[in-house]
Amino acid sequence: MIHTRGLTRSFRARGETVEAVRGLDLDIEAGSVVAFLGPNGAGKTTSLRMLTTLLPPTSGTAVVAGHDVMTDPSGVRHRIGYLGQGNSAGSNFRVSEELITQGRAYGLSRAKSRTRAERLLTAFELDGLTRRTVGTLSGGQRRRLDIAMALVHEPALLFLDEPTTGLDPHSRADIWTHVLRLHKELGTTIVFTTHYLEEADLWARRVMVVDHGRVIADDSPEKLKAGLAGDRITLGTADRADAERAVELARALPIVHEVTADGTEVRIRTPHGDTQLPVLLRNLEAAGVRALTARLTRPTLDDVFLSLTGRTLRERADAAAPITTHDGA
Amino acid sequence: MKVLNDTRTAFARELGPELRQPAGLLFTMLLPFLFLALFAPLLSAAGPAGGGTGTSSSWQWFVPGMLVLLALSATAGAGASLLNEMFSGAFERMLVTPLNRVAMLVGRTLKEVVILLTQALLILVLLLPTGFRLHPLGALAGLALLTVFGVGIGALSFALALHSRKQQTLFYGVQQMIFFPLLLLSGVLLPITQASAPTWLYVLSRINPATYVVEAERALFDGRFAETSVLYGLLAATAIAVLGVFAGIRGMRNASV
Repeated sequence: MIHTRGLTRSFRARGETVEAVRGLDLDIEAGSVVAFLGPNGAGKTTSLRMLTTLLPPTSGTAVVAGHDVMTDPSGVRHRIGYLGQGNSAGSNFRVSEELITQGRAYGLSRAKSRTRAERLLTAFELDGLTRRTVGTLSGGQRRRLDIAMALVHEPALLFLDEPTTGLDPHSRADIWTHVLRLHKELGTTIVFTTHYLEEADLWARRVMVVDHGRVIADDSPEKLKAGLAGDRITLGTADRADAERAVELARALPIVHEVTADGTEVRIRTPHGDTQLPVLLRNLEAAGVRALTARLTRPTLDDVFLSLTGRTLRERADAAAPITTHDGA
Repeated sequence: MKVLNDTRTAFARELGPELRQPAGLLFTMLLPFLFLALFAPLLSAAGPAGGGTGTSSSWQWFVPGMLVLLALSATAGAGASLLNEMFSGAFERMLVTPLNRVAMLVGRTLKEVVILLTQALLILVLLLPTGFRLHPLGALAGLALLTVFGVGIGALSFALALHSRKQQTLFYGVQQMIFFPLLLLSGVLLPITQASAPTWLYVLSRINPATYVVEAERALFDGRFAETSVLYGLLAATAIAVLGVFAGIRGMRNASV
């Protein structure tokens, strides 16, 4: 569905050239749900804007839904739906007006635009609001309308740029229910960016971790967490001597990423904490080391990012990272 | 044909909110209205066209200029709505659709012109009870010229908005910087002649294309067709329209891949 080779984009900002995206090589097959995850300024939005024909790449190629973004942008546009970070529907317009206009923009007949609009209004629980002006809708309603508008032409591929940012938890869950039903019923390929880690974790089958304009990891959330971060076991011991012996015993476990001691506390990173912890406890007891507390923490995608870059996703990219410009976020 | 269909789509979208709130028409008409109500009666016997206060000739001289002022004030701000949509995300969502880029510009410009013509007709109707004499054919030709001029100014405003997408202040700054000199130097309020104006001001007014449009409108609304001022006005308006549409289409095309 998406194939890119060496896709790059640089911006001129304050006399400096900033490489927002550096050599993106993507192969995304039809029917997948893919998340782009990374800190602000990592190049997620710039990548999406290139794939949706909004921004010409500086170099490289991108074939989206079977059409080249540079040589056949219209062919791409006919086949993709796009939800930007802003508000798709103009605030002075009526809900039904904007939906029908959108259908017409994709070349649907007036009658067809109208029936599609009606169906989408029902599907997104917006019926009853058709004559309302967009500016008077709530944040959640407005976002549902924006997604409905991205779907009037029944695209096989849907891009969502931070679909739920700024919404309350209830509205966020609501948006995902709609999007996933779409994926299930029509097999729509979905590519999204988010800065809610749990959304990438819960809904994406493939997560691409983006940093400094590059994809630095690409796998299912489960594999990323197991392979790169692993579970974290934290043991509390009575004294330093016990802690040191616990470190040795922990290092002897079959697959362990990292073992560190901090005073009487021992921290262990391992891909299978749930099976390792009982073994470790038995071994400690056999060696006469008393563990006072034992805690198992499952990893998050933030831990994945931390182990890849040494930074958390919450931090801004460091000084060397591309600065966030209006179109380079 | 796709371009025509898409133009209709873009035009219909823009017209919708205007039809729902026709009172909005009155806001952009405010400036010419104020001048017609509070300034026109001051035009004295010694005034521009030699007519007395409120006589037919002073109205005859003043009203065509007010229509040009209307065209300037109503369409020069057209880009502001586009600018808002560029920042809100509504324009981006249009750019992702296969909607023809030329149609995006033409549809929006056409809506501006339809509004302008409605406003101009409204002004003319309101002036019927005054000493203003309407020459039907001349007025028709005058409105046609006004349309060409409005297309140009509206399209230029869109081009400016598209160019200002990184910094909104640029749009308002440039718009104000151009709007008032264009207006004051066109001799809309008082005639700018070699006798009445300092040379430098007179020269500036002769460089201003709006001056020629104003002079042509005055001739046409007086029922005089066979004058060089009509030809010059038509040339000036056409030049602005060609430049505006060209710049606007370029801006639309450059807004995405």
